[in-house]
Amino acid sequence: MAKKKKLQFALYWAASCGGCEIAVLDINEKILDVIQHADILFWPVAMDTKYSDVEAMKDESIDVCFFNGAIRNSENEYMAKLLRKKSKILIAFGSCAADGCIPGLANVSNREEAFKTIYLDNPSTDNPDRILPKTSMEVEEGELDLPEFYDTVKTLDQVVDVDYYIPGCPPPTKLISDAIDAIVEDKLPPKGSVLAPLKSVCDECPRERSEKKIKELKRVYEVDYIDPNTCLLEQGIICMGPATRGGCSAICLEANMPCTGCGGPTPNSLDQGAKMISALASVLGIENEENMSEEDIDKLIDQIKDPIGTFYKYTLPRSIINRRIMK
Amino acid sequence: MGDNFEPNIVGFLCNWCSYAGADLAGTSRLKYPASVKTIRVMCSSRVDPVFILKALKDGADGVLIAGCHPGDCHYQNGNYKANRRVKLLKKLLDELGLEPERIRFEYISASEGKEYAELVNEFTEGIRKLGPNPLK
Repeated sequence: MAKKKKLQFALYWAASCGGCEIAVLDINEKILDVIQHADILFWPVAMDTKYSDVEAMKDESIDVCFFNGAIRNSENEYMAKLLRKKSKILIAFGSCAADGCIPGLANVSNREEAFKTIYLDNPSTDNPDRILPKTSMEVEEGELDLPEFYDTVKTLDQVVDVDYYIPGCPPPTKLISDAIDAIVEDKLPPKGSVLAPLKSVCDECPRERSEKKIKELKRVYEVDYIDPNTCLLEQGIICMGPATRGGCSAICLEANMPCTGCGGPTPNSLDQGAKMISALASVLGIENEENMSEEDIDKLIDQIKDPIGTFYKYTLPRSIINRRIMK
Repeated sequence: MGDNFEPNIVGFLCNWCSYAGADLAGTSRLKYPASVKTIRVMCSSRVDPVFILKALKDGADGVLIAGCHPGDCHYQNGNYKANRRVKLLKKLLDELGLEPERIRFEYISASEGKEYAELVNEFTEGIRKLGPNPLK
């Protein structure tokens, strides 16, 4: 029998923290299966390959490209477009590429504000000449270029066509190894699928749930004792589980911490934050609701300090209103 | 903001009270601006925050949600939920840089045609002062 041709993989990082790269190694011995079935053509974090090597490849010569990181600058966008052209399958790997994630929270600001804070106002910054990043400058050796920093962070699918999504910050090992199995066995679902279960984090959470009645909201540090067996929402701690796609086995809940929503929206949900707002507002102050005054309700709602940071921690760039409106 | 700015408002009215209230305003021949594009929903709590955000994203200058008075909800407590959702959503809009006054929840009963006409008048004027939706 003729030996099956090895698959050709590429891995790239755009605006990300590097956690997704580590998640790839977290699959442990499974990485040996990957090497058995695939060659890695391009992986800047681990191999000395250059952008020019990718530019020299024939179109669609990469079978699968795992792209992590959001699109924050023109270099990210250039590489997204280049790797799209060179890859048969492009996977948005991790929350940044799929939903925008933590880099996407910068959408509450813009380039001007970000530069001002980072390069001018930061107390530990020493920049007497008030130099700000420019896209090109003349030096003795000639002209130097820098990528352009964008006002708005975008998800990968806002700049190129994406075939599959693997959610998570970073993606759970099980989702990664399931995806690799599906690729190797040629059993990928229809294009556009999220390679994760259809159920919410609550479905995977072992905690006991009863009818939800929340009188008061608390932040984790304000609670002396968190009961490890009872639903956190019932204990007044905002947990994004109801609005978040599972696949993580609710590991944060196992560690007695609330879900913050890295799995992204549940299937068929347009906007994770809006779904959570809907769910939370439905149960917050439900007890005795007919006797509450408008002021009582305002007080309840005022306990939520940071709606964007709470409900859109991972999905601001892909949500319906994807950035703050700057006057 | 031009002088001829006419607010474009999406109104979600509950089937049992507020839609009938709006109907009464019409049959009573009350005058009020034609700014509200009415969508009848079975209950004000049917209005998912997604609908409101989508309406704003697609260019509505304001979104009005009206339901039965406290204690009158056909489904017992939908109106309370809608009220709390709108309040929380207003907080989100503020953080997103959109005026929270662009969305409003009110109780309108089936007999309050006059109140509905006044509400539309007042809300439309408020939006006119805010100017067009900056997302447009």
